[in-house]
Parts: sequence; C-alpha cells; structure tokens
Amino acid sequence: MADDKYFDLEVITPDRIFWKGKAFMLELNTSEGEVGIYKHHIPMTMIVVPGIMTIHLDGENKEAAVHSGFIEITDDRITVMAEIAEWPEEIDANRAREAQERAERRLRTHDPKIDTSRAEVALRKAMVRLELSKMK
Amino acid sequence: MASMRDIKRRRNSIASTQQITKAMKLVSTVKLQKTKARAERSKPYFDKMYEVVTSMLAKSGTIEHPYLKPQASAKKAVVLITSNRGLAGGYNSNVIKLITGSDMKREDLLLFTVGNKGKEYFSRRDYTIAKEYPEVIENPMLADAREICAEVLELYAKGEVGEIYVAYTYFKNTVVHEPTLLKLLPVEVDPSDIEAARSNSLMNYEPKEEEALDLIIPKYITSILYGALVESVASENGARMQAMDSATSNADEMIDKLTLQYNRARQGSITQELTEIIAGANATNER
Repeated sequence: MADDKYFDLEVITPDRIFWKGKAFMLELNTSEGEVGIYKHHIPMTMIVVPGIMTIHLDGENKEAAVHSGFIEITDDRITVMAEIAEWPEEIDANRAREAQERAERRLRTHDPKIDTSRAEVALRKAMVRLELSKMK
Repeated sequence: MASMRDIKRRRNSIASTQQITKAMKLVSTVKLQKTKARAERSKPYFDKMYEVVTSMLAKSGTIEHPYLKPQASAKKAVVLITSNRGLAGGYNSNVIKLITGSDMKREDLLLFTVGNKGKEYFSRRDYTIAKEYPEVIENPMLADAREICAEVLELYAKGEVGEIYVAYTYFKNTVVHEPTLLKLLPVEVDPSDIEAARSNSLMNYEPKEEEALDLIIPKYITSILYGALVESVASENGARMQAMDSATSNADEMIDKLTLQYNRARQGSITQELTEIIAGANATNER
C-alpha cells in the first residue's frame, strides 16, 4: 500500500498518550453524527460525543471507547483530545451494565431534581462501554 | 558554659529529629518521582489544549461570547491550590503571597480552596471561602477538576463573578517551582501565540465556532485546573524534599558543633578534676 494513504494520528487523554501512530482511516461519533476521516480531509475541529472510535490500520482495526472531547484535523495529522478513552480490555462490563441500569432508572422517574441531560450522557457512556466489551 | 549532660541531651534530640527529616526526605523523594511522572504524562494534553484554544480564538476574535469578554462584576473567584500538610518550606506561603501581595481586595475575593493550608490562612483572616476541597489534593482526579470548573463557571455565567483565577505552583523542574497566578476567564492568551495561530488558521468548525467554544472552553478550564492540581502536587513534594534535605544537613552541622562543644566540655572537666586532685595532693604533702 502506498505510504501517502496514511496520516499521523494521536489520541491524547489527560493522563496518557492513548495511541500514537500512522493510520489509514479513523471513525468516530461527533456531535454532528458519525464520521470517517481519511487523509487530506479539510482542516476541521469537531466535538466528540460518547461512542466507539475505530482506528483502521493495515488490515487491522483497533477499537476503543471515547467519551467527551474534541478532534482536530489539520492537513496531515489528526489529534483526538478525549477526556476518557478506553481499550475494550480495560472495560468492566458488569460495572457498565449497572451504570446503564442506574441511568435508565433515573430517567424513568421524571423527578425534577434529576439532571436529565447528565443521566442521558451516563446512559450513553454505559451503552458504548457495553457494546465495546462485547467485541473483545 | 553548658554542662556536659545538657549538651549530650541536646545532641541526642537533634539526632532523632534528623532521623525524622531523613525519613521524610526519602518519602517525599519517592512521592516526587510518582507525581512528577504524572505531571509529565498529562503535559501533552494541556499543551495541545492551549494550542487549540489559541487557534480558535485567533480565528474567532470578533465573535461575541460571554467567555471572551469581561463581565461587569468586580468580584473575582480564585481557585487556591495549597497542600494539606506543612513542612514543605515556603511552598504554601508562596502561593498565599500571590493573593495577599496582589492588588485584589479582600471583599472582592471568593476563594475555592484546594488543600487545608490555604483555607486555614484565609478563613482566619475573614476572607470569603466559597467552597473547600481538602481531600482533592491528596490524589487529584480529572473529575475533581471538572467539579471545581462547573462550580466557578456557574458563578461566572450568573454574573456573580467577573474574573476567575487559579493560584498554584508551576512545576518547572525538580528544584524550581514557581508560584503562579493564572487568569482562567475571561480567556486571555498570549498575543504572539494568537498571531502565530492566525497565520495558519484555515480551520473549519463543526458545529459553528460559538457552539464549539461553549463546549471547548469548559474543557479547557477543566484541563488547566487538572494540570494546576497535578503540578502543584509535584511541586509540593519537590519543595518538601528540598526542605527536608536542608533540614537534614542543618542537623548534621549542629550535631558536629555540639560534638565539638561536648568534647571540649569533657576535656575541660577532666582538666579541672586533675587540677583539683593535684592541688589536693600538694596540700597534703606540704603538711
């Protein structure tokens, strides 16, 4: 495969450099919907929402969960700034299932004291984690 | 001249203090390495964050956004990061001096204190402590930074405070720690950085800049707060290590001095005893 298909990808979280290297395509969820990015994308900054991020390498895909952050695309490099990023093996499925249950319960009660948008985010995070943990 | 017993007692007490300072030095050295590694690991995130925010502001210099222009209120919220424990040399007082030495007036200040030392100092002097986070400094997490950020941003959005600052200790390297007062809101970035960013700002935003700013600025502040927390912890341990190192060598010096004094006193007392015996013997011989 020709070299110029690859771009530099960096996924950075506050406590580590999560992933760094050459990639062929990157898929993730943004506030505007799901996107797939190849090299020579126009420069753009987008907001990342909880979802599964897929890094396409040569014949191999790497999947990870990212929650909240943003992505910056410049000419030939892509930087994902995620507040949380996890590999499938780092996810505790039981905990995610409990979190999902908790968030659903909270959304069902319609209690005005409950921050609905926060519960929704928690629910989405839990669902992303669960989905990813099934893939491992 | 102090008696031999006094000198000996003093020397022993210094020796046992020295053992404590030595142990504390070892502990803080280990902690320093851990916290330093942590501060370094999180560095790329903040550098990038700063870069992104600068380039966004360079592009969107003209847009009206509450986070970018000063609010009417004269009140200032300060997130003050100190340690829970003392014996770290000038670490805590240097951060405190940032506030007391500045031209901010006491009645204008709203303090969010992380760590007990700063809180104790300012509550004794009748400053307004809006909220305290004593436990956070032991092991700062991103969630803590997010909580503090949400708290101060809410005040700012309601117009109750006009400016937000963070007072922390910048960890330059193991021996140099600089107390720093940083303005968080309204966002201020170095004009030269903006200039540099403007030259290559072909960036597009999705959603539009205004909405993107709404989402990114809280993240920016959270990340600065988190960075300030981890750097302060590293600085605290660095400062304590230095303080304990100099305390240990001071103790060494004092022990040396006291040993000399003790030996002199011992010799003095032997000489005196001898003189007394000889004098006594002479007296009996003469009879």
